[in-house]
Amino acid sequence: MSSFTLNGYGELILLGALTTLLVALAAAAFGTVIGVLMAAAKLSQSRILRQIAGAYTTTIRGVPDLLVIFLVYYGGSATLSHVMGRPIEINAFGAGALSLGFVFGAYATEIFRGAILEVPRGQVEAAAALGLSGTDSFAHVIAPQAWRLAVPAFGNQLTVLLKETALVSLVGLEDLMRRTGFAVEATNRPFFFYLVAGVVYFVLSYAMTNAFGSVRRKTSAALAR
Amino acid sequence: MFDFSLFLSSLPRLFAAVPATLELFAAIVIAGLLVGVPTALAGLSSSRLMSNAVKFYIGAFRGTPALVQLFFLYYGFGQFAFIRHSIVWPLLRDPFTCAVIALGLNSGAYTARILMGGLTAVPKGIVEAAEALGLGRLTILTRIKAPIAVRIALPAYANETILNLKATSLASTVTIMELTGTSKLLVSETYAPYEIFVAAGLVYLAMTFIVSHTFRFLEVTVARHTGKDSGVTKTRKPKQHAVLKSEDSGGAHAS
Repeated sequence: MSSFTLNGYGELILLGALTTLLVALAAAAFGTVIGVLMAAAKLSQSRILRQIAGAYTTTIRGVPDLLVIFLVYYGGSATLSHVMGRPIEINAFGAGALSLGFVFGAYATEIFRGAILEVPRGQVEAAAALGLSGTDSFAHVIAPQAWRLAVPAFGNQLTVLLKETALVSLVGLEDLMRRTGFAVEATNRPFFFYLVAGVVYFVLSYAMTNAFGSVRRKTSAALAR
Repeated sequence: MFDFSLFLSSLPRLFAAVPATLELFAAIVIAGLLVGVPTALAGLSSSRLMSNAVKFYIGAFRGTPALVQLFFLYYGFGQFAFIRHSIVWPLLRDPFTCAVIALGLNSGAYTARILMGGLTAVPKGIVEAAEALGLGRLTILTRIKAPIAVRIALPAYANETILNLKATSLASTVTIMELTGTSKLLVSETYAPYEIFVAAGLVYLAMTFIVSHTFRFLEVTVARHTGKDSGVTKTRKPKQHAVLKSEDSGGAHAS
């Protein structure tokens, strides 16, 4: 057996890469929703909402992502087993998407909040002077400009998320990392296969960074005057 | 449902794992600086070869998960007999050393990038003024550029250090019984994930709180020593132009 061939594990690894992308996508979607809601809470008039959002971002950002994943996965399994009256392990994909979504959401909250605050006050005042309602002003005046300001940091955070998905392999998700582990066990060639996994992750994150570079160019072109 | 007494009784065993986490953390931060500082200087050198090598190193570590880097080092190198029979094997076989090398190299890449950003953001005028005064290159670097670059880079480096603290949890995957590894072991003994993981989370929160406040204090101190008043502390990321405008800071720290 040659030490630098995939031995038929190429397909397995690509399938794992697909799972990696899907779990990142699910977590990003969930996390973006949380991020928007929590950014709104942080900027709201209500003190309680501001405190809830503050506690959320501080907690998540002060705790290892791996611990969040363990809490959601083992906690979720324990709760479900308790409810059903028999031992059940929850779905690793769901637990991974949920926990990484929570993590991503905390960083997204700060990104969105910062971006909204950077939209010049005059824009909001002009919208109010034109008689736009609060929602209209947000949807048509603030949000498009804030989005443009948020794109670079948001894209960066997406790349971070993509790499964090490797942690979900530790609770059994058959992603790129875990499938690489299978190949390692079967072939006993960890050097080669973890190198392959690294290259695949690199290509994925490189592609994501570049995709966001073009989104950034488009969004700034659309709003440039 | 949340068993408070179990939560409390798990705390002593979790506290006992804190030294392991802190040891890892300190070793990773030191390794990151030892690698990151020379790398940043090499990356900004005029040598095309050096700056490309640094670009490759930073790109490789930033583009891949830390877990892959750790497994590659811990499991990967044992594949070759010549490594197993070499003098480095006792180091690569030890999970603690492996975790420190892998996560330290990872931190080194991010640290180098942050420092390079800080060094390139030092206003040209200050450097030119120092050259006009006839200061040598080394003096300009250590006395003029470094203090300003550190001030600019400190908020980003604070974030990187907190990420390092959190990254120590990865060491649990290579059998090190630090805080995360210990909490997972306790969960498998007690089947009480909420109580124990929440307790561990609180211990981590206390540690990140201390680290981030230490950095806030450092930011104020550095700002004072480089002739910039405490405005830096309010906004976590000082606006670039606010920093660039402070031409007067050149005189303040030369004294």
